[in-house]
Order: sequence, then C-alpha cells, then structure tokens
Amino acid sequence: MLLLKVENLNVYYGAIHALKGITLEVNEGEIVTLIGANGAGKSTTLKTISGLLRPQSGTITYNGEVINGLPAQAIVKKGISHVPEGRRIFPNLTVMENLELGAYLHRSREGMKKSIQEVFRRFPRLRERQKQMAGTLSGGEQQMLAIGRALMSRPKLLLLDEPSMGLAPILVQEIFNIIKEINEQGTTILLVEQNANMALSVAHRGYVLETGRITLTGSAAELISSEDVKKAYLGG
Amino acid sequence: MAGFLQQVINGLSLGSIYALIALGYTMVYGIIQLINFAHGDILMVGAYIGFFAVVYLKLNIWWAFIIAMAGASLLGVIIERVAYKPLRNAPRLAALITAIGMSLLLENGGLMILGTDIRSYPVGTITNKQLPLSFLGIQLTATTLQLLILAVTVVMMIILQYIVHYTWTGKAMRAVSYDRDAARLMGINVDETISVTFALGSAFAAVAGILLGLYYNTIQPLMGIMPGLKAFVAAVIGGIGLIPGAMLGGFALGVFETMVSGYWSSKMRDPIVFILLILILLLKPAGLLGRNNTEKV
Ligand SMILES: Nc1ncnc2c1ncn2[C@@H]1O[C@H](COP(=O)(O)OP(=O)(O)O)[C@@H](O)[C@H]1O
Ligand SMILES: [Mg+2]
Repeated sequence: MLLLKVENLNVYYGAIHALKGITLEVNEGEIVTLIGANGAGKSTTLKTISGLLRPQSGTITYNGEVINGLPAQAIVKKGISHVPEGRRIFPNLTVMENLELGAYLHRSREGMKKSIQEVFRRFPRLRERQKQMAGTLSGGEQQMLAIGRALMSRPKLLLLDEPSMGLAPILVQEIFNIIKEINEQGTTILLVEQNANMALSVAHRGYVLETGRITLTGSAAELISSEDVKKAYLGG
Repeated sequence: MAGFLQQVINGLSLGSIYALIALGYTMVYGIIQLINFAHGDILMVGAYIGFFAVVYLKLNIWWAFIIAMAGASLLGVIIERVAYKPLRNAPRLAALITAIGMSLLLENGGLMILGTDIRSYPVGTITNKQLPLSFLGIQLTATTLQLLILAVTVVMMIILQYIVHYTWTGKAMRAVSYDRDAARLMGINVDETISVTFALGSAFAAVAGILLGLYYNTIQPLMGIMPGLKAFVAAVIGGIGLIPGAMLGGFALGVFETMVSGYWSSKMRDPIVFILLILILLLKPAGLLGRNNTEKV
C-alpha cells in the first residue's frame, strides 16, 4: 500500500533551486533509501516532507492526504517523525527530557511511560544515562537518543537523515541493525545516506539523487549492481 | 559592620526588582535572540494598570498585581505578534531597531495618554513599617515593603523555576530556545511557545513595575527606562539567556549599586553600572554563569 507519494517537488532556498521536480514513493512496510552526494538535496527532501520547508510547487501525499503546506507540528501528529541530520538532540536537557519531548503530542502518562520503556528496551544505554545531560553522550549514544526520541511519537513513517554520520564503523553497523529491527516491527522508513553501501544493504528500494534531480531508481539489489552507482557512490 | 549589612538589605530588595525585570529580558533573548528594549516600558504599563486598579477599581494590592500581570502579558504578546514576529527571519539588527522603536512608542504614547504627571500609589496601599532585625547581635532595620519585595520576588522565581523545569510549557520553551527546528519536529508549536514566553516575561515586568512604584513612591511614563537598562545590564552580567544568571545578576547589581551610592557617591551609581556593563562585555561576554558552548560531534 502506498504510504507516501512525493510528486514533482520543487524547493528553493531564495534563488537556489535545491529540488528540481523530484518524484518518489514509499510503500507501507518498506525501507526506501535516498542516496546521493553531499549537496544533492537529500536533507532538503526530508525537511520538506516533515514540514520544516515549504515547496514552491508539487505535492506530498501521505496516507491519501495532501500534507504539503501543513505546519511541522501537524505533520508529526499524522505519524511522520523526522530524525534530522546531525541528530539535533537538546544538549542541555537530560536524556529523559529529550525523550519526553519526543512524545510532546502524546502526553498521557500511561502511554508515555510505555513508550519510554520501549525505547529503553531498544537502547539499554539510554536507560543508564537517563538523568545525564544529552550533550554529554557519545556520538553513537546521541544518535540512539535522536532515534529513540523520534520513536516516542509512535510514527508510521520514520525519516532518517544520515544516521551513520560521524560514527565509528562498529557503531554504524549497530545503528543499521536497529533500523532494520524498527522496520521489521512495523515502521516504514525513508533513509537518507551518503554511505550508499550500508543504506542499500538494509533497504528494499532506493533512489539516487543528483543536484536536485532523481537520476536512478530501482530495487536495492539493482542499484548495488548498477555500474553508475558503483562508480559514483560505492567507491569502484 | 552594621552599616554594611544594612546596605546589603537595601541592595537585595532593589536587586530583586532588577532580577524580576532581568528574567523577562533573558527569557525573551533565550527564545528569539532579541533584546526586547520595550521590556522596561511594559513594566511601566504594568505599574499604571496596577495604579488604576487600586485607585479607580478600589482593589487591593494583590488584585492589582494580578490584573497588571494579565494586562502586561496581553501587551507583550501583542507586541511580539505585531512587531517582532514578521521579522523573525530578518537580520537581527532589524528586530533590534524595531524593539527600540516599540520602546519609544510606548514611552511617548504613555506621555501622550497619561501626561507628564508623577503619580504615586495611595498611602495605605501597603502597610509600610520599620521592622527591627537582629543579625548575629547586630541591630538592623528593614521595612515591610522591602520584605514584601523580597518575598514576592522569591515566590515569582519559584513559580518560574517550576514552570520552566516541570511543565510541558517549560519544556517546550527550553526546546525552542535551544533548537527551533528540532522543537518543531517534536510537534511543538513554536509561535505559541514564543507568545507564552512574552506573556510570562511581561507578567514579571508588571510585578516589578508595581514594586518599583511602591519602592520609589512614584510612577510616570518614563519610569521603565532606567530600571530596564539596569536589568538589561544585570541579565548580561549573569549571562544573557540564562535564567539563574538573571537572578544572580539582578541581586548582584542591586547590592553593588547600593554599595556604590552608600560608600562612594550616589552620583556615581548609574555611570558605574554602565562601566560595569562594558567591562563584562570586554572580559566575560558570556556573563558570570555563561560558558562558551562547545558543540559535540
Ligand atoms: N539553508 C540553506 N540556505 C541556502 N542553501 C541551502 C540551505 N540548505 C541547503 N542549501 C543548498 O541546497 C542544496 C541541497 O542541500 P541539502 O539538501 O542539504 O543536500 P544534502 O542533504 O544532499 O547534502 C545544496 O546546494 C545546499 O547548498
Ligand atoms: Mg544532508
């Protein structure tokens, strides 16, 4: 079933034309990855879907409903949660407060407690550090917190922007295992990565973005074996 | 020694008013990085609302506080919506100049509507008595007004700490002040949160306005200028954007100022405060409680 459809999206930063008519689809239950070089427009795509940016033209349909133009808080409420590039946790708030803010729109005590326990089960290290200021966590822990915080709103669709950025290889593997697990438990994922290898290893399908345009799309297997992708993103 | 302690008492009560005002500056700065130069004038409006509540509505001082807080909050929210919100993505200087303009508007509007008459709260608005105090055998005096000022300030600060740290509104305020876009991704309504911040800051200013009116026994349309500037200095001393910094800065400045006029010259009081501002900006621009935020990768 089609969960998200982005059609002919054009986004500008002032005079800079960052997205030049991109179209993509995400079906329920999938991991879809959006790969591309630095500056291709990956983050811009996610920010537009989550309502941080407004498109000049084009439509974003989620669950059969047009959502572009809605404020970000209305879009979270509909079940789209965005883990932004660079994690953007609140460094001067405790780990617990960060998680609570993730459930800002779902504040019933019981539901909140349950969500927090689920996040702690998935990320036991966050439980140990719940009273610590989030800024004192290591990079990997901060990424876990960012993902955990996004899961607090119980999203149907999770947007992940470069979750592996700046992490040691062993942590990258751990984060991708978690992404897979979250997906297997029923959350649809749109994953943005520069680490194409890793992204294609967990994704079902992918899109290649180059300077604001989708240049290639296919199943993860097709993209991994594509000569163009190999040359540009897989180092050979 | 007795003289010194007496100055401390006087300084703390004046300083607590500065602290109340500084809290509003710092909260607004924390959330939209704007020095709201109209803040001192909101204080003046609060003082007048309190005055009219006492004189014309014959209400007691506590009701005057509440009505003044409500009125000033409304004014603060309107100013933000009308004057600052449209400039939220404009260069900071534009908003700063607008804030100065808003301040002039309130001052001159005040002069136009209220005239240049100096008014004062009617005698008996609060009972003002000298109270003997004894501290380690040293005899001191404090007035009931001084104690009222301290008590009101402490209660307001406790309420603020509670709101900021234990309520959803407070969590939203902190989230917006650290990272506006990340806050939006949590589902926080940034515009509403900014309005609440202005409302709170303005309510604090209104309380400070009434207390100042009682303390100096005068209110007039320009009464907010000097305390506003002093409280701004206090907020910078403590570290602009930091709530504990504003409290510390306010108390510290009040005591410092009282010492300067007590032991040196009351003529030097105001210039020294601004020299202090320059020194802080040169030597420790992040303020006493501020530190340079290092970002973690
Ligand atoms: N805030 C901004 N202001 C102006 N240009 C921007 C801004 N953010 C991104 N851009 C530009 O838009 C393009 C796409 O950026 P982005 O979506 O961040 O790329 P990616 O995430 O793929 O690295 C780049 O050319 C970038 O320079
Ligand atoms: Mg990016």
